[in-house]
Amino acid sequence: MNWLTNYVRPKLKAVLRKKDTPDNLWHKCKGCGQLIFHKEFLANQFVCGNCGHHDRIGPAERFKALFDDGEHERLELPKVQDDPLKFRDQKKYSDRLKDARSKTGEQDALIVGVGRMDGIEVVVAVQNFFFMGGSMGIAVGAGFVTAVEKAIELHAPFIIFTAAGGARMQEGILSLMQLPRTTVAVNMLREAGLPYIVVLTDPTTGGVTASYAMLGDVHIAEPGALIGFAGPRVIENTIREKLPEGFQRSEFLLEHGMVDMVIPRHELKETLVRLISLLTRDGAAREDRRAS
Amino acid sequence: MITFLDFEKPIAELEGKIRELRELSGAEITVSISDEVGRLETKLDKMLRDTYGRLSPWQKIQVARHPERPHFLDYVDALITDYTPLAGDRAFSDDHAILGGLGRFKGQPVIIMGHEKGHDTETRLKHNFGMARPEGYRKTVRLMHLAERFSLPVITLVDTSGAYPGIGAEERGQSEAIARSTEACLNIEVPLICCIVGEGGSGGAVALSVGNKVLMFEHAVYSVISPEGCASILWRTADKAKDAAVALKLTAEDLQRLGIIDEIIPEPVGGAHRDPALAIEALSRSIEGALEELSGIDGAKLRKLRHAKFLAMGAANLG
Repeated sequence: MNWLTNYVRPKLKAVLRKKDTPDNLWHKCKGCGQLIFHKEFLANQFVCGNCGHHDRIGPAERFKALFDDGEHERLELPKVQDDPLKFRDQKKYSDRLKDARSKTGEQDALIVGVGRMDGIEVVVAVQNFFFMGGSMGIAVGAGFVTAVEKAIELHAPFIIFTAAGGARMQEGILSLMQLPRTTVAVNMLREAGLPYIVVLTDPTTGGVTASYAMLGDVHIAEPGALIGFAGPRVIENTIREKLPEGFQRSEFLLEHGMVDMVIPRHELKETLVRLISLLTRDGAAREDRRAS
Repeated sequence: MITFLDFEKPIAELEGKIRELRELSGAEITVSISDEVGRLETKLDKMLRDTYGRLSPWQKIQVARHPERPHFLDYVDALITDYTPLAGDRAFSDDHAILGGLGRFKGQPVIIMGHEKGHDTETRLKHNFGMARPEGYRKTVRLMHLAERFSLPVITLVDTSGAYPGIGAEERGQSEAIARSTEACLNIEVPLICCIVGEGGSGGAVALSVGNKVLMFEHAVYSVISPEGCASILWRTADKAKDAAVALKLTAEDLQRLGIIDEIIPEPVGGAHRDPALAIEALSRSIEGALEELSGIDGAKLRKLRHAKFLAMGAANLG
């Protein structure tokens, strides 16, 4: 035995290994910077208990908070053609799609659930900002239309939670055509006499606001959400001045008459149920449906 | 003298030469000079045909934005008699970026509306370069409803780089105004013919482009975002606008293939700006044809057809 074989290698791995505390034990609020215990943050629907900042959430959390006992059925949405323009920027669109799908486990940015809210059957669509910024392409347009058709079939109110930077550029003119396409669908709901409620969440801009997001019977916004047609940077570059504080935020839109109310996340369900009850004569729709 | 685009340099040189020769000869055109002029003119014609026969998407954008391309008021002057402009949204103000009014097209009363970009500094400022504010889109809704009440066909001429991104526009609900205009296009129970005559820029264009017939000039463009905007977002530099222009598939040919537009209106050789009268004449023929095609269909059916058409956008296999 010599000193070479006897040599004990230093435990580098142990030194380099991360601390036992997982990253997600604490959440740093994007609004006020305060550290919040993650479990608490989750229980509070991703709203900061300190400053009330509403963090972005996905469809799963929405459905859990809205539907009675979180119970709902996912509506199957039509499969559409991927990458119809064979679009390529620095990266291929088909690769971007692949990445987004593996990251979210979803096919595209719109998810639709059917379930009950306080006993009333509703169709709820949620735009997933974590899937390519929630952007609206053919799949989102097709999903929107399918959700509306389902609402009409069930004679149920339709609620959408919007979140998107706008139309999906990688689908070019076809994404622009989703503006009139979804507008036709909104009109189908009107003709069927069904309530269409839009909940605008952070952020909702571009082509999405220029179509279904601004055509609701009632517009609700979550506090502090960025909502507007042109993005703030585009406006700043055009007018060459700094935008005022709070510009294009929910409260600004309320002041300017573009939304009916700004409602914190944990009051959304009760507000939606109240609105729907009022618009459908206290569940008269519910009774009709059960009778038929 | 017309403004030459950067890719038209050889054309400009040749035209210069022809002009020089003509001036040189003055009143007494000798046989040899006139032969030479004739030869060069043939060459010029061929060069124009060649160049304009295979414009790249980026070149088309330049042509669509050409300062001397006919604009709304040029078309109205030539095509509409008894033109009676109507102003205002009855809520806030009158937007000069979108003009419209009553008039006669081939004797038939119609409502015509569209973006006006202006042709010199003064008028460009007046019309805000064709970038409308919410008032513009609320005026179009008003005019469309007026048309419906009196059973008048509606003609729209689309030519905008996009809706205006400004503080006031946002305060007054730019997006809602665009959405309502699109909706009015979809719902009116009269024939609606939309013509993309220059730039069809995003939501600001779509608000006036949801017609029973969507016609588009050969060198016009229609896109979800400007190539510059697209490049600065996806390539992180506006220098890649040429690449973005290709990727976006924004030419009339692309759009016809994708089923977005119904008809391509041919332009004079060298683009509409070289011979505005001829371009206006071509547009007139196409509008006339479209109106004739729609004339026998009742209002409710026209609305239904429009709904079906736009509900199917993107639904078909586009391979």
